[in-house]
Amino acid sequence: MIASNKKQVNKRKRAELRFRFYGVASLLAAISVLAVLLYTIVSSGYSAFFRTTLELHVQLDPEKMSISPPYTEDALRQGRYTSQVKQALYALFPDVTDRKQRRALGKLLSPGAELAVRDYLIKHPDSIGETVTLEVPVSSDYDQLYKEYLPRSGANIRFSEDQLQWYDHLLAVGLIHYRFNLQFLTGGDSRYPELAGIGGAVVGSFYALLVCFLLSFPLGIAAATYLEEFAGDTRLTRIIEANINNLAAIPSVIFGLMGLAIFLNIFGLPRSTPLVGGIVLSLMTLPTIIIATRASIRAVSPGIRQAALGMGASPVQVVFHHVLPVALPGTLTGTIIGLAQALGETAPLLMIGMVAFIVNIPATPMDASTALPVQIYLWAESAERGFVEKTSAAIMVIMAFLILMNLLAVVIRSRTQTKVE
Amino acid sequence: MQGLAGSLDSTTASPAFHYLEIRNIADGVLPDSHASVAVKEAVSRYTSLTHTTSIVLSIMFLLAGLLGFYRGYKSLSVDFPAREQVEKIVRFFLLASSTIAILVTLSIVLTLVIEALQFFKHVPLLDFLFGLKWSPQTAIRADQVGSSGAFGAIPLFAGTLLIACIAMLVAVPVGLFSAIYLSEYASPLVRAYVKPMLEILAGIPTVVYGFFAALTVAPFIVKASASIGLSASSESALAAGLVMGVMVIPFISSLSDDVINAVPASLRFGSLAMGATRSETIRKVILPAALPGIMGAILLAVSRAIGETMIVVMAAGLAANLTANPLESVTTVTAQIVTILVGDQAFDSPKTLSAFALGLTLFCVTLTLNFIALKIVRHYEERYD
Repeated sequence: MIASNKKQVNKRKRAELRFRFYGVASLLAAISVLAVLLYTIVSSGYSAFFRTTLELHVQLDPEKMSISPPYTEDALRQGRYTSQVKQALYALFPDVTDRKQRRALGKLLSPGAELAVRDYLIKHPDSIGETVTLEVPVSSDYDQLYKEYLPRSGANIRFSEDQLQWYDHLLAVGLIHYRFNLQFLTGGDSRYPELAGIGGAVVGSFYALLVCFLLSFPLGIAAATYLEEFAGDTRLTRIIEANINNLAAIPSVIFGLMGLAIFLNIFGLPRSTPLVGGIVLSLMTLPTIIIATRASIRAVSPGIRQAALGMGASPVQVVFHHVLPVALPGTLTGTIIGLAQALGETAPLLMIGMVAFIVNIPATPMDASTALPVQIYLWAESAERGFVEKTSAAIMVIMAFLILMNLLAVVIRSRTQTKVE
Repeated sequence: MQGLAGSLDSTTASPAFHYLEIRNIADGVLPDSHASVAVKEAVSRYTSLTHTTSIVLSIMFLLAGLLGFYRGYKSLSVDFPAREQVEKIVRFFLLASSTIAILVTLSIVLTLVIEALQFFKHVPLLDFLFGLKWSPQTAIRADQVGSSGAFGAIPLFAGTLLIACIAMLVAVPVGLFSAIYLSEYASPLVRAYVKPMLEILAGIPTVVYGFFAALTVAPFIVKASASIGLSASSESALAAGLVMGVMVIPFISSLSDDVINAVPASLRFGSLAMGATRSETIRKVILPAALPGIMGAILLAVSRAIGETMIVVMAAGLAANLTANPLESVTTVTAQIVTILVGDQAFDSPKTLSAFALGLTLFCVTLTLNFIALKIVRHYEERYD
């Protein structure tokens, strides 16, 4: 009897341990996936913040660059700089004379090399006629070779024997440098991975979030105030509440469909612009803000309300002068979290055409633009190897923004908590 | 003006196109060098009309302003209840703001229904709901080969369901056990660190999950299945489903956590006092009590998975295969909506309109799921209040 009892107890103990183990295992599984995800992104993305450059002695001969005085910015933008950059490269390899060979050698340079010369001239117009030392970007394949993403040998090799030899020579004489890639953070998109930047997408996202904030913040507060302070328990109130809960549950792609049909096709707002993107995002952010604001209005101590009423304030004055200011931190926290969600939304922006290939950085919310998550999508769909690190790096940037926004929300929340106590 | 219209009609393009051309030239977007005489005349007429409009508008605004000032000035007196008047307006504004939610829902429903009805003029409803073949490419020219356009949505529904099922197979056990461990076993310290980590999973943008699925998970599945002698597509349902499952974990875990914590302590103590172990208490007492709430959480997660777009756009394929094999490529409702509508589209073609029909279906399904889920959760909350 006792022996079988012990057996039973041991069995139950093992079941207990097993059950506990399942719990730990699930948590570990979830967290390790998070870790793998973050590791994959960071390890494949950090290199995009650097790029490989080649040091060249470029002869700034105005005739060969087909520019003539006065050297205004417009005139300099018309110049042809390709041949001088190529000549500077050929000068490093005097024994490469064959045309075919030279063309293979020229593959080393990025189309950004001539732009680097142009930009240098625009900054230093008085250096025309001199020979200057410039660092110009190398093409994506060599950049990826330097970063060891592309193999030097094997079946899918993208370089000839000669090309590898030239590259090794340049590396040996110390003309190839590895520099911080500012253009990635400030520049617009490009067909060439080594020149592509997220500047335009960041500005586009900023404008979209600005529009989203300007619309959803006042509307959200107004709606929450009405529902908490003035609405009776009427049928209308219940319908409104049900609708707000529904909005929060509608898939984002449906908001995109609605934005396409109403804002673009009926109202005729300009396609692909952060303005329309922001309007659509604001409709999705609205429920979050309303729910957060209602919660923080409800948390305002009744003493404040009664004191204000006792001093002769009207109900509207009580709300606007006393309740809302006290509830503001909670509202702001909810708003920031809502905006952080909006920053990561991709599907509705695809629907309203923010997927166009746009090089220029938008100057106003009415200019066509992409947004950060859409840029990630566009680069992720690109076949070129060079865009993989760019995609990961863009993800690092968007995650950095998300972390910053959430930290801000946490700080606001903890600050007000100490204040009330 | 009559003659103008006549000469415009002589060309084959639509009036809307001419209007656009005229407006663009007048705004200076297009050069007028290629425009015909009629268009040039129309442009100058358009310019003068807009000019007149702006003058008339300014005068009207000025008058309205003056009128308002006059009214305000006249009602200025000692016993005029200005505050009440202002507050009435403020209250009206507040009410109007809160009805925005209704307006948005209405406009979503109306656009989806109207456009979907247009679609069902081209394709019968039953063919759409029960057709087995989906290939939305319609012929641009009548004599084109091989693009008749088939709009049977069953392959999409099946693909959506397959991916959502895989996601749930991942998310339900992991999310549920995480919630149980966090609420029943974990020390407050562990809870304080682990819970936010799970919440990070919910905060990661879906486009990031999509990239992760396509870049890391899909190649891994291809390799893994090749090593056991199976061939997986590079855009397999499994890759999209697994990653979507990870995305859904925090929904299930945090909702179940709330539900489990809401089970009255008396039930738990009663079971423990009878000598049950903790796991027995959880399995035999707490989970049965929390089951309706957990079902609600799972339904919410399913509706989330069905509506999820970016992961499937990036990691699942576009080929509408009707298959239950998770290693093959399938497509989903949301992926098709995006593919159809990204880029330029003719707005009245059945292909474009089919996206709205798909959207309407998606809207109805997710709304029903949410409705049921909320109903279950509410009912359950009432039981223990």
